Amino acid sequence: MPPAPESAGDVLETSDQRRAGATGAVTLTLRIRRYNPELRGEESWWDEFTIQADPNDRLLDALHQVKWYHDGTLALRRSCAHGICGSDAMMVNGKNRLACKVLVKDVAPKVTVEPIRGLPVLKDLYVDMEPFFNGYRSILPYLINDEGEPDAERLQSPEERHRFDDTTKCILCACCTTSCPVFWGDDEYVGPAAIVNAHRFIYDSRDHGADERLKILSEKTGVFRCRTTFNCTEACPRGIEVTKAIQEVKRSILFERF
Amino acid sequence: MAKRKSDVGTLYKGSPGQWSWMAHRITGVAVILFLFAHVIDTAVVGWGPNAYNRVTAVYHNWVVRLLELGLVAAVLYHAINGVKIMILDFWPSTARHFKVLSILTSAVFVLSMVPIVWIMGRDILDLAFRWNL
Repeated sequence: MPPAPESAGDVLETSDQRRAGATGAVTLTLRIRRYNPELRGEESWWDEFTIQADPNDRLLDALHQVKWYHDGTLALRRSCAHGICGSDAMMVNGKNRLACKVLVKDVAPKVTVEPIRGLPVLKDLYVDMEPFFNGYRSILPYLINDEGEPDAERLQSPEERHRFDDTTKCILCACCTTSCPVFWGDDEYVGPAAIVNAHRFIYDSRDHGADERLKILSEKTGVFRCRTTFNCTEACPRGIEVTKAIQEVKRSILFERF
Repeated sequence: MAKRKSDVGTLYKGSPGQWSWMAHRITGVAVILFLFAHVIDTAVVGWGPNAYNRVTAVYHNWVVRLLELGLVAAVLYHAINGVKIMILDFWPSTARHFKVLSILTSAVFVLSMVPIVWIMGRDILDLAFRWNL
């Protein structure tokens, strides 16, 4: 059994040396936007950490290394770490990304990490997602069908299913909504993710709530706030054609609702 | 715990659409500001042709002519980008070809500016340096 390290510094050195010794390890400097109102009030600041990492590690692994061996006070949200739960959205080198889907080799030797924009920051990379989910809830993101309980499944043809296939992929990570310049400046705008999830039900042949959702989205906080900047489409880690979905909803409001 | 938006940080490196949206707004504001001045100078004709000529004589220098060239560029950009936005609005499937659409509209803008810069630019150089081009 190896001797127990004497201090936190020893742990750090041992860990970094081990990684540096690994085949092909690279040096990565993480520049992280920090915010801790309990320590420094409203002032936010930049911290830099230099670590050794495997080029095929994800950025999330690098952030874990910082949190576990360098500064335990670093706050970030993550859960599955495999691009499914959508917890670790952050601004990586000026673009919204999931930290678990960015490889170290794609950002080394230096990477800038900031919290996603437009939502209140609580600590470091950790933001209050409530305004985002308020927008999501406002578009009634559930099946509306007043026909009563069916005896069997509600059948749907492959073509009917295909109509909204793209928008079923959303994992509510907020990468799209917090990349939208309109959302940064307008708390009331429901945002791209809410519209994507409305699209998922509006074009579902089993759902009967389209009129209600189109009415909600035709209000001034709805789809017509979209300025087609395409930041959302570029930011989506699931490859959803977000702007296209928004445009389809706009068109439905214009030509089907009125 | 205090709540604060992450408004201080680096610039968001968004899609080309972010920059064309920004340019669309800037050119829109520039054109409307010119319209205010234009309404005022045209209204001066109410005081007779001499008053109108005296006011518009202010425009006859290279700085204002350069601003005029900027105005033409702003109107043209705003119009061409506006067409792009309308195409995206009425045919959502074109969103898939957004980059091609952006390159096309930029190319139309640049190409239209070539003869305009040639015609107006000569006038500006003439006024600024008496080159008599």
